[in-house]
Amino acid sequence: MNDAIMKAAVPPVNVTATAVDAGIDTRSAADEQQDLLHGSILYLNGITVSFDGFRALDNLSLVIARGELRCIIGPNGAGKTTMMDVVTGKTRPDDGQAFFDRNTDLLKLTEPEIARAGIGRKFQKPTVFDQLPVYVNLELAMRADKGVWATLFARLSGEQRDRIDSVLHTIGLIECRRLHAGALSHGQKQWLEIGMLLMQEPQLMLVDEPVAGMTHQETERTAELLVSLAGERSVVVVEHDMEFVRSIARRVTVLHEGRVLAEGDMDTVQNDPKVIEVYLGS
Amino acid sequence: MMTALRARSRVSDLVVLGTLVLLAVVVPLANLLVPSDSIFHLSTFSVTLIGKYLCYALLALSVDLVWGYCGILSLGHGAFFALGGYAMGMYLMRQIGDRGVYGNPLLPDFMVFLNWQELPWYWWGFSHFPFAMLFVVLAPGLLALVFGWFAFRSRVTGVYLSIITQALTYALLLAFFRNDMGFGGNNGLTDFKEILGFDLHADGTRVALLVTSAVALALAFVGCRAISNSRYGRVVVAIRDAEDRVRFLGYRVEHFKLWIFVVSAVLAGIAGALYVPQVGIINPSEFSPLNSIEVVIWVAIGGRGWLYGAILGAVLVNYAKTQFTGLLPEAWLFVLGALFVLVTLFLPRGVAGIGRAAAAK
Repeated sequence: MNDAIMKAAVPPVNVTATAVDAGIDTRSAADEQQDLLHGSILYLNGITVSFDGFRALDNLSLVIARGELRCIIGPNGAGKTTMMDVVTGKTRPDDGQAFFDRNTDLLKLTEPEIARAGIGRKFQKPTVFDQLPVYVNLELAMRADKGVWATLFARLSGEQRDRIDSVLHTIGLIECRRLHAGALSHGQKQWLEIGMLLMQEPQLMLVDEPVAGMTHQETERTAELLVSLAGERSVVVVEHDMEFVRSIARRVTVLHEGRVLAEGDMDTVQNDPKVIEVYLGS
Repeated sequence: MMTALRARSRVSDLVVLGTLVLLAVVVPLANLLVPSDSIFHLSTFSVTLIGKYLCYALLALSVDLVWGYCGILSLGHGAFFALGGYAMGMYLMRQIGDRGVYGNPLLPDFMVFLNWQELPWYWWGFSHFPFAMLFVVLAPGLLALVFGWFAFRSRVTGVYLSIITQALTYALLLAFFRNDMGFGGNNGLTDFKEILGFDLHADGTRVALLVTSAVALALAFVGCRAISNSRYGRVVVAIRDAEDRVRFLGYRVEHFKLWIFVVSAVLAGIAGALYVPQVGIINPSEFSPLNSIEVVIWVAIGGRGWLYGAILGAVLVNYAKTQFTGLLPEAWLFVLGALFVLVTLFLPRGVAGIGRAAAAK
């Protein structure tokens, strides 16, 4: 990549500081880390999370490049959701580093601060506001001043209305805009939540099982949408549906017992003997 | 369906406001102008009773704002009501002057009785009406701010929050029972004479207090409706239904909860301040946890989350209470309990929900 430009644009202070913090003493390792940090939107290093002695994440390191679409797969309990919890501030790791957009230390921010910094998340179980109309669900997600006073006196501008309408078209819910979100089908709720993610205009989208409960056509449309988003934004998808993963992923990370087991394109990963043994096997 | 519901809400809002305006106009006429032998005459007793209901309705409105919209089940809102009432009571005590039983120009009777020589510092300034009114708002507001700040920051929710609100009001109950607190102990503050120079026992003053209560309730209703219709109000409903999700959208949930909790506490305080001159007494029993629970029952029976349901519930239940305690005083608590159970089982959306269901069809 155009390293020279990136280096010029980024103050090197933070990068050096993180390398020192990590206690990496060899010069080459520090250089390597610096290079990884530069092109990355998300940088996790040595993240460890334990719950009552059980290691949900065990020294997990993961780098997501700017504009990348990454799929993360792994058996139940591999730590996929915990990883998302760490990135979005819901769970604090016992150890490790997490940086967003090169110099935002995620471990120092609260959930709302991380969301405002530009990380959006779609939950495994579709979580929309059932008692509010579809339209309002999108309005609340919209990137805007989210303070108490600002929301008390907020009015939608014409531009913002257009933005909501365009997202309603994208997620195919324009007809249902006035319905309460609770009245939507499971698949529609999934789409609404993806729409809410779009309204947030995040730089990094974490999408947990987006096609669970969707019909074949809905799954295909979701795949198209996620692929079209990558490039402009970075997208991390956790999914069990292997066919779906194959249809969208350029790069796949396999998690197992809280650490990265394998990483590469789908074919490489699927042919990796370790992966076959723990996950794809039988 | 949605438009029908929205139109229905607007109609209900107009009915509420219209009724309050009507009360503010008709009650003074019926009490002051209609001769007392006419069947259209409204007794001063009834005027005070209606005024009391209006204060209860304002208290219920404040509970609906936090519980119905934000899902914070406060079982201690009586504390804010009582604090507002005490602030008003302190002003009314100072207005008595040397007309007390002991005729002491400086000290209220209960302080003379306790052999106190001078006015405690926290009573200073309460002889001035604006100062006292400031504390009607500040005392409950600050308590809610401090309490809410700790509770919401530590993410105490659900039943646990309800229990600590209950503990809060119980702690205040015990504190205000103490004579050395300087708030009249067990007996509280009473024997009031005038407010702003007007005789509290005069019909005209009674009517004016009722009109003030009706106006306060109407303003609070309009204010709460503006809050619930704003984007803020939608965020608060979202917090009620999926708190975590709201956090991940970038909203500081704690700030939103704290703000609505403080606004609600202030409304409850104003209700208490209007209540005290009409009933003529404020004592620690207003802090009783049972009172706070009763308010929640009014709101549940009226139907929560619509504002007018709370008002309806407060008036209906208290009217029933007045009737029942006249006929069978011992039976009232059983009736209230049964009412609560029946409404929860058969009318989960309250009495106001019946109208909503009809509109939705």
